[in-house]
Amino acid sequence: MSLWLAILVGAAVTYLTKLSGYAVPARWLNNPRMTRVAGAITVALLSALTVMNTFASGTALVLDARLAALAVAALALWARLPFLLVVVLGAVSAGAVRWWT
Amino acid sequence: MGLSIATATGLYGVSFGALAVAAGLTVGQTMALSLLMFTGGSQFAFIGVIAGGGVPSAALGAAALLGVRNAVYAMQMNHMLQPQGWRKWLAAQVTIDESTATAAGQTALDEQRRGFWVAGLGIFVLWNLFTFVGAWLGDALGDPRRWGLDGAAVAAFLGLLWPRLRQREPVALAVLSGVVTALALPQLPPGLPILVAAAVGAAWGWWMPDRAAASAGAEGAAP
Repeated sequence: MSLWLAILVGAAVTYLTKLSGYAVPARWLNNPRMTRVAGAITVALLSALTVMNTFASGTALVLDARLAALAVAALALWARLPFLLVVVLGAVSAGAVRWWT
Repeated sequence: MGLSIATATGLYGVSFGALAVAAGLTVGQTMALSLLMFTGGSQFAFIGVIAGGGVPSAALGAAALLGVRNAVYAMQMNHMLQPQGWRKWLAAQVTIDESTATAAGQTALDEQRRGFWVAGLGIFVLWNLFTFVGAWLGDALGDPRRWGLDGAAVAAFLGLLWPRLRQREPVALAVLSGVVTALALPQLPPGLPILVAAAVGAAWGWWMPDRAAASAGAEGAAP
């Protein structure tokens, strides 16, 4: 599948997902279990993406400058800094570690 | 309130645009994601899988799964605002975390309507504007690793995850999912570990019957 096709199909799927909430009878979706599943998938995926972007190099696990970005970002989030600043600090710390090593 | 949320969210767009280009998308492809997909979590997932060397179909799968929560939001908004005719089609596209949260934060119906539309449409305009700025910047910067943009991606995903970790149960799920992903990464083709993590999340949500049982299970799951 080409990148463009994946983008267009992905956009269609996410739009239809949104539309489904307005189209189907409320009782199909309006149960606590569906809400829990959707919430749990979101947490699991975001955690998986964090791990993948920190440790993956192809199909190998590596420790490199991105670990510094993870640590600094966690500190920044704990200190309740705004999202954009957290992202910038992540970039700066990964860049700084590469510079020094 | 809607406008301040819209402004803050628009700023995320800079990170998304720069990271999308760093992942190897063109500026046009990046803009297509923000204009057509328009749900931040799914868009970040899409480029995250591509950046990790995953195939486009795996990126599509991850994006689709992260979008599932929007169906739940849409159901809530349909019940609350009851948009009719063409407004329903437009409301669907701007049904995201922030517009739902803004509407749900109000008590009067006209305030709920106004909150939903101002946040939804305001974020749509700003998200796309800032995506373009970010993509253009990312394009101009050249080699993304030199500027630590891969570190920015790490920080962005942690930043998206962080607000969802207020209770013990999601923390345990996040740890479990992270460990499963790390174990799956060397075994499976790129992109698939993400889908395994999604399956873990779905199973967790389906079988954790109530909050008390969930936090008891959480203690067992977290090392």
